[in-house]
Amino acid sequence: MAYDKFNILTSSAVPLPIENVDTDQIIPARFLKATERKGFGDNLFRDWRYNSDGTPKEQFVLNNPIYSGKILVGGKNFGSGSSREHAAWAVYDYGFRCVVSSFFADIFRGNCLNIGVLPVQVSPEFLDKIFKAIEADPKTELEINLPEQKITILASGESESFDINDYKKQNMLNGFDDIDYLLNIQKDIEKYAESTPL
Amino acid sequence: MSKTLFDKVWDSHVVKHIENGPDVLFIDRHLVHEVTSPVAFLGLKNRGIKVLYPERTFATADHNTPTRNQHLPVKDPLSANQLKALEENANAHNIPYWGLGHKKNGIVHVIGPENGITVPGATIVCGDSHTSTHGAFGAIAFGIGTSEVEMVLSTQCIMQPKPKSLRINVNGELSEAVTPKDVALFIISKLSTSGATGYFAEYAGDVFKNMSMEGRMTVCNLSIEMGARGGMIAPDETTFEYIKGREYTPKGKDWDAAMAYWSTLYSDEDAQFDKELTFDASEIEPMITFGTNPGMGIGISKDIPLAESIDGSPATYKKSLEYMDYNEGEAMVGKPIDFVFLGSCTNGRIEDFRAFASIIKGRKKADNVTAWLVPGSHKVEEAIKEEGILDILTEAGFELREPGCSACLAMNDDKIPAGKYAVSTSNRNFEGRQGPGARTLLASPLVAAAAAVTGKVTDPRELIREEVLA
Repeated sequence: MAYDKFNILTSSAVPLPIENVDTDQIIPARFLKATERKGFGDNLFRDWRYNSDGTPKEQFVLNNPIYSGKILVGGKNFGSGSSREHAAWAVYDYGFRCVVSSFFADIFRGNCLNIGVLPVQVSPEFLDKIFKAIEADPKTELEINLPEQKITILASGESESFDINDYKKQNMLNGFDDIDYLLNIQKDIEKYAESTPL
Repeated sequence: MSKTLFDKVWDSHVVKHIENGPDVLFIDRHLVHEVTSPVAFLGLKNRGIKVLYPERTFATADHNTPTRNQHLPVKDPLSANQLKALEENANAHNIPYWGLGHKKNGIVHVIGPENGITVPGATIVCGDSHTSTHGAFGAIAFGIGTSEVEMVLSTQCIMQPKPKSLRINVNGELSEAVTPKDVALFIISKLSTSGATGYFAEYAGDVFKNMSMEGRMTVCNLSIEMGARGGMIAPDETTFEYIKGREYTPKGKDWDAAMAYWSTLYSDEDAQFDKELTFDASEIEPMITFGTNPGMGIGISKDIPLAESIDGSPATYKKSLEYMDYNEGEAMVGKPIDFVFLGSCTNGRIEDFRAFASIIKGRKKADNVTAWLVPGSHKVEEAIKEEGILDILTEAGFELREPGCSACLAMNDDKIPAGKYAVSTSNRNFEGRQGPGARTLLASPLVAAAAAVTGKVTDPRELIREEVLA
């Protein structure tokens, strides 16, 4: 599915300094029953965000109006657990375009890259600096520069570079998806399949 | 050049390598279920394309299905709609579909091996992280997201960078009442839930060589819980014995040709792994988790670790114990429980029911316990009946349900109520995983059985000793 191109994103960020945030927290299984990709943002972090009667939990960061922005900053091992792409959809549909953490679970990272959410892995020290900068000023802005693969805390000018493979980088910059690529090499795939017994 | 088992299977499936990018990997077999596939099928529809190789694709309903009265219409309209969508999509694309009530229906990772869809040396994917289960046969098997499901449906390929290699050796002999589940929970407790992220694991050593296929499936199933994409075990006589004669495994000359290939599937003696870990089997005791991720496990006789003694953030650790309403330093044995769940793609096979029955035989279900016993498939259910296990269960006051994922992820009605404790043979103890507010203690079928008859966390070795004395 096509998504918005990603180039340079400058935004304030929402801090979630918890480790091992799993995809069951990002979107609980009972909200995976749709047959279309619609409305998942409403249930992002559902059980951390709402009480069982549907009223908001005021202390949860998404319910705190002083925090906003297109960047979600999470603790180490973000997105562990289930392969549900719905978790990445929920993050995207809520309005985030980038997740920053010191470590991502593999499948979640891949899912994000496939739908146009940029996972930015930083050092634990830099993550700590980001959390402190947001604590000092909730409106502080981060710049995510994909062409230069650099993340900067604008207030202090501190920055760090991040990794992304060239193929995925081009996809993100251009809003391409893998299926376009694969359909273009379908002849090679069919040739391979002929040589492979079922 | 010497290669690992993983290298051999991966390299032979690369259709194209992209410089400083992913490999285009050919997928031999694709398993599809109702939850992660509808948006992928919709993608094909929007592009106006059909499934490229329906004969390599298999669909079943499991995540959403009720475990009672499966002959009646599904009550939850959203679940019913998702099940209907899968059936329609499978029919529209000529994909074999084993829906609710079909004799081959069951949890996707139980029915794959059962029907011989899972074979050594294959690449197998499914939109479910526990696809790693199939690695037990020497296949490369891992979970994928829905965008990738769409890729495999439309082109039979995905694009992935090759993961790093990790070998985990467990040598020596397992102690009494230590099951494959305990071996896996032990390894995860040592590595944490992110310790193997970026790696694909191979399990080697005496313990896995001597393990049944069911046990190997349990271990490989839990690979994802230490962050690994998957885990695999080199195929051997145990593997070949298990798969021979199953519906989709090769027959006659094809079998001989396949065996010639399969017998080359092992890590060469001097193959290099990016990381290698070795454990001693005698260190492992029956395990139980006390927190909110599968890495938070301890030997059942141990106390809950102190926050100061653990790696990672003390705040996250304390939040986790708070959710469980447990305190640091408390013993796990003796803690009251409310529910027992036997089932899931981790422990829903016949061997798991045999183990459970071995403890409850001649005992009674504790009055304070609600027990949900859910076979992984109709074939498992049949075996439970044929082997007389159902009689043992019934006599002890237990009831057998119909197959499905059930309380493992609580997408159907099988939800553990808020605040209640469940000893569960499933794979995740995340907050709310088994129902909003539910508290999960992951354990083996033996530990689950001991809890079911005593109503509290109990060391199964105590019950086994009682039997010996009697």
